Amino acid sequence: MGDLIQVVIAKYNYWIYITLMMIGLYAMIAKNNLIKKIVGMNIFQTAIILFYISIGVKKGGTLPIVEHGHGAHPNVVHAADYLNPLPHVLMLTAIVVSVATLGVALALGIKIYNRYNTLEEDEILVQIREK
Amino acid sequence: MSQNYPALLVIVPLLSAFFISAAGWVNKRLCFPLSVAALSVSAYSCIGLLLRVLNEGVVHYRLGGWPPPWGIVYYVDYLNGLVLCVVSISALINLIATKKSIEQEFPEKTGPFYTLYVLFVTGMLGITVTGDAFNLYVLLEIGSITGYALLAMGDEDRAPLASLNYLYMGTIGACFYLLGVGYLYIATGSLNMVDIAHILPDLYQSKAVTAAFIICLVGVWIKMAFFPLHAWLPNAYTFAPSATSSLIAPLMTKVMIYVMIRLILTVFTPEFAFTTLAVSHYIVWLACIAIVMGAILALAQHDLKKMLTYIIVAEVGYMVGGAWLGNRAGMTGAVLHIVNDALMTLCAFLVVCNIVYKVKGYAFADLKGLFPKMPFTMGAFVIAALSIIGVPPTCGFFSKWYLILGAIQAHQYGFMVALLFSSLINVVLFFRVFEVGFFEPFSDHEGHEHHPAVMAEAPLSMLVPLYIVAVGLIVVGLYTGDIVNHIIRFVIPKGFM
Repeated sequence: MGDLIQVVIAKYNYWIYITLMMIGLYAMIAKNNLIKKIVGMNIFQTAIILFYISIGVKKGGTLPIVEHGHGAHPNVVHAADYLNPLPHVLMLTAIVVSVATLGVALALGIKIYNRYNTLEEDEILVQIREK
Repeated sequence: MSQNYPALLVIVPLLSAFFISAAGWVNKRLCFPLSVAALSVSAYSCIGLLLRVLNEGVVHYRLGGWPPPWGIVYYVDYLNGLVLCVVSISALINLIATKKSIEQEFPEKTGPFYTLYVLFVTGMLGITVTGDAFNLYVLLEIGSITGYALLAMGDEDRAPLASLNYLYMGTIGACFYLLGVGYLYIATGSLNMVDIAHILPDLYQSKAVTAAFIICLVGVWIKMAFFPLHAWLPNAYTFAPSATSSLIAPLMTKVMIYVMIRLILTVFTPEFAFTTLAVSHYIVWLACIAIVMGAILALAQHDLKKMLTYIIVAEVGYMVGGAWLGNRAGMTGAVLHIVNDALMTLCAFLVVCNIVYKVKGYAFADLKGLFPKMPFTMGAFVIAALSIIGVPPTCGFFSKWYLILGAIQAHQYGFMVALLFSSLINVVLFFRVFEVGFFEPFSDHEGHEHHPAVMAEAPLSMLVPLYIVAVGLIVVGLYTGDIVNHIIRFVIPKGFM
């Protein structure tokens, strides 16, 4: 039991992202309302963004801005002192992607609502079957 | 100019998408020539690039001049040189063939449609050409998001919901791929595919690398509609506008198969995928189930377009199984089938496009008497059907031959049986369509029967591209030997039995 707690605490960032991901997945599978599903999808994407952000962090690291750049002071830069900026930069792109996906999903939701006057999936399916 | 082919083939359609969008506001008639010009430049660059690869070997192109592994490198070898040509040429042919159909189905939305069309092709070409694992994700999402929008433009009752379901599944797939890349990045600290491949061999026992491979693979399987994960595909493709389904059906699944083969061959080595993991046996069995279930579900359909979508599900099983047989013949069959299946699917869906243009429907009941009514369209359909069934000299026969050869060499007799079973089912499927089209009398929508039916063929601008593809099926079939000897032979790494 003590070992398990150790494992959970030492890697809490992974546990948080997996929990969030599963919440999102659950919403996408189990919810009946289309908007709730879309929200679940967004939680799912955000979980992965959180995962990337957390892997760039170092204990005691600071912002990756090199003050004495371009030969002003020939200081040695210790990479271990700085956070890894690459995953963070990648996630800027992933955020843009997730916003675009969300936009398209909501636009489709509006189209569906205009056609069926409801966003509950079971009611829509009943209407489709009736035709 | 020729040095910049790898950049041109992505950047020209990307930038022209903005101009097409702007031109749509000024004059809608400008959109079509602009899109044709953009995709022609892409296709020309792709062919030039393939020829360069054939002469000089692998082409590396550094975007912005940054050396790998820091910058993004476009990395073109025999495998993606071939896939690039297939993608760009089928997109161009489809664009020209479906002009009239687009004008008929949504005359007021041609501007946005062409913009999305060109962006979608940008995404597909970008996925194929890039040598950077994260860049692949971004381009995958460019292709997918435009794909969702294109698919939702179809049937107002069903298309938006089908497209939304695809969006959920597609997002999960892309996120899984991204997560897998994240694990790879944790393990190797690199995003460049070739660089990762250099670092990985020492880490093959690491659980993070195994997790990365499996998560990426599942993500790509969702995107390619591999059997248990295929649920989004049939509805999304069936209710889409005809021009969209004939664009997306040939390209999306095939490009994702390419990504899977790239993951197996370049990012992770075959040694890791086949020896260290030792899951290939189970995946081939999954592929068998995919083929059999795809065939059976296709048999249960009552309209032509949905039947074709289930055939795609079965064909995805062919390629996944072939790639995972783990021998030279199987991999050759899988790569060859990417080319052949793209052309076959394009041909079949262009036929559907012509039928919808004239008959306004694609249910089996609408196909009555179509052979006398549209003899040329149905002629092309017969060629596509024979190729999907696998009758020589059409190209479908040769890839199936390699796949069966690979199955026998790998002692995967279940896969061989599944292939033969699905060919037999395909015979039943297509002869049912032929029967309806040939023997049942033509009736119009009011139920009046016409004897004999009057010929009312689709316009020449739709027939000529269709016949280019149909003849292409036979030509590719006849030149299979050259394609295998000059291109695919170099795709497969040494040491592959």
